[in-house]
Amino acid sequence: MKFSKNLIAVFFMASVLFFGCKPKDSDVQAKITEKFASMPELTGATASVSGGVATLSGEVKDDAARTLAESTAKDIKGVKSVTNNTTVTPPPPPPPAIATGTDLSKGVTDATKDFPAVKATVDNGVVTLTGTIKRSDLPKLMQSISSLNPAKINNQLTIK
Amino acid sequence: MSALQDKYKELLDAATAADVSNLNVSEVNNVLHVSGEAASGETKDKLWDIYNKIDPDYRTGDLILDVNVAAGAGTKATVTTDSTNLNIRKGPGTDQPIVGKAAHGATVTLLSKANDQWWLIKNENGDEGYAYAQYLSPQ
Repeated sequence: MKFSKNLIAVFFMASVLFFGCKPKDSDVQAKITEKFASMPELTGATASVSGGVATLSGEVKDDAARTLAESTAKDIKGVKSVTNNTTVTPPPPPPPAIATGTDLSKGVTDATKDFPAVKATVDNGVVTLTGTIKRSDLPKLMQSISSLNPAKINNQLTIK
Repeated sequence: MSALQDKYKELLDAATAADVSNLNVSEVNNVLHVSGEAASGETKDKLWDIYNKIDPDYRTGDLILDVNVAAGAGTKATVTTDSTNLNIRKGPGTDQPIVGKAAHGATVTLLSKANDQWWLIKNENGDEGYAYAQYLSPQ
């Protein structure tokens, strides 16, 4: 009888100790956050933990970084499983192609049509402007030609 | 940061602050190319003012500021010629025949963009054709 009472007490103590050792979700979350912050590949990833399940979100640069985020979170004590909702950041669009050739020549002709005192020549993507223009018209002309994305604009205009 | 990006830092910062979308900054043969889409004509004008301040009268030739105003189909635009009518043409080019006119200050509807220079529009009479985008300000 005494023995079984002790046994119950031991079980009770053990269970208290066991549950006492179980890390709190908020602590686990803080640990993951701290770990991610220390890894340059994972600075875009965030974690929230509920019932030991870590849910990862945010943007990382590639699939390898997604896998790394998952394995890193799994290694944290107290994480039972990981739901990986991180996404890969799409690559930035490539810069627009620099215009050369007939499209540019035609575009420059269109742009200078309303400025008869302006002469424009195009050579290998470089637009050279000579002649005269009113200062108030200069931005308009420059904007039109810039929107063609030439290699360079040599503005040698005399401004009236 | 390159010397050119440093020179035009105020411009690049303003473009970022104004949320210019698809902002792209690249340097090719000592010319800085800045492209993107501005949400409004005011943003574009502001960027050009800063450009003129940093490089008065755009003399140096070390920047191509290719930032255009974003405008989708159905957008209304005001004709901003100096005083004359805006030609509406059959195709995207000044060599194309004129199919209609839009008066200075009139409102037209954007149907699509052939490119950054030429927009397919419809005027108040329902005439459809291409007009030079430089003279159109999205409302």
